[in-house]
Amino acid sequence: MTEATGGIEMEEDTSGKVKKFLYVNRKAPYGTIYALESLEVVLIAAAFDQDVSLAFIDDGVYQVVKGQHTKGIDVKNFSPTFRALEGYDIEKLYVEKESMEARGLKEDDFIVPVKVVSAQEMADLMETQDVVLSF
Amino acid sequence: MLHTVNKSPTERNALESCLKHLKKGCAVLLIEDGVYGALKGTVSTRMVEQALKNHPIYALYPDIEARGMQDRVIDGIKLVDYSGFVDLAVEHSSVQAWL
Repeated sequence: MTEATGGIEMEEDTSGKVKKFLYVNRKAPYGTIYALESLEVVLIAAAFDQDVSLAFIDDGVYQVVKGQHTKGIDVKNFSPTFRALEGYDIEKLYVEKESMEARGLKEDDFIVPVKVVSAQEMADLMETQDVVLSF
Repeated sequence: MLHTVNKSPTERNALESCLKHLKKGCAVLLIEDGVYGALKGTVSTRMVEQALKNHPIYALYPDIEARGMQDRVIDGIKLVDYSGFVDLAVEHSSVQAWL
């Protein structure tokens, strides 16, 4: 068992309680691998039927901007994947208002429906989570 | 001299520092996440527009387009493709990268 999990002791009972997972995205897409890696891990949590929320703050808000075309830089455009999250029952996407406004963005600039919240509301959201994963 | 910047101005201070060190005849090329420095309506727009009065500023269009920023570029910033990038590197005496 520990061999397969890299030495980490896993709970035998996998039917356990559903936890609240928050993915905090603070990096722009493409310049680094963080944004894509976050999305990969989000899909893993979805496969385990966890209660998943995504937060986009600072440059992370750029991840969900619509109109991305990556042919010219020969990199996979993963922004359409955000639209597929609904199919995995991931519908809680939060964009921080202050971060959005600092970048001249508006609510209708995003590729998916998001809830725009203040930094204060984002802080409250963070506090209610069982697990917070930062990217 | 040609200065290249590849970091977002809201992530690192590479752009701010670059603009502070420009001399007469210097040009700036924004690439990768550096292209977020080419946008209208952001917290760094004013700083970039100020630099634009004295220096040509370029942005790599494939990086702009990848990020969905094609309609947000500050007027006066010139868009170049990869061969334009090469031309700029050749035209200038040297290239300094702000990472």
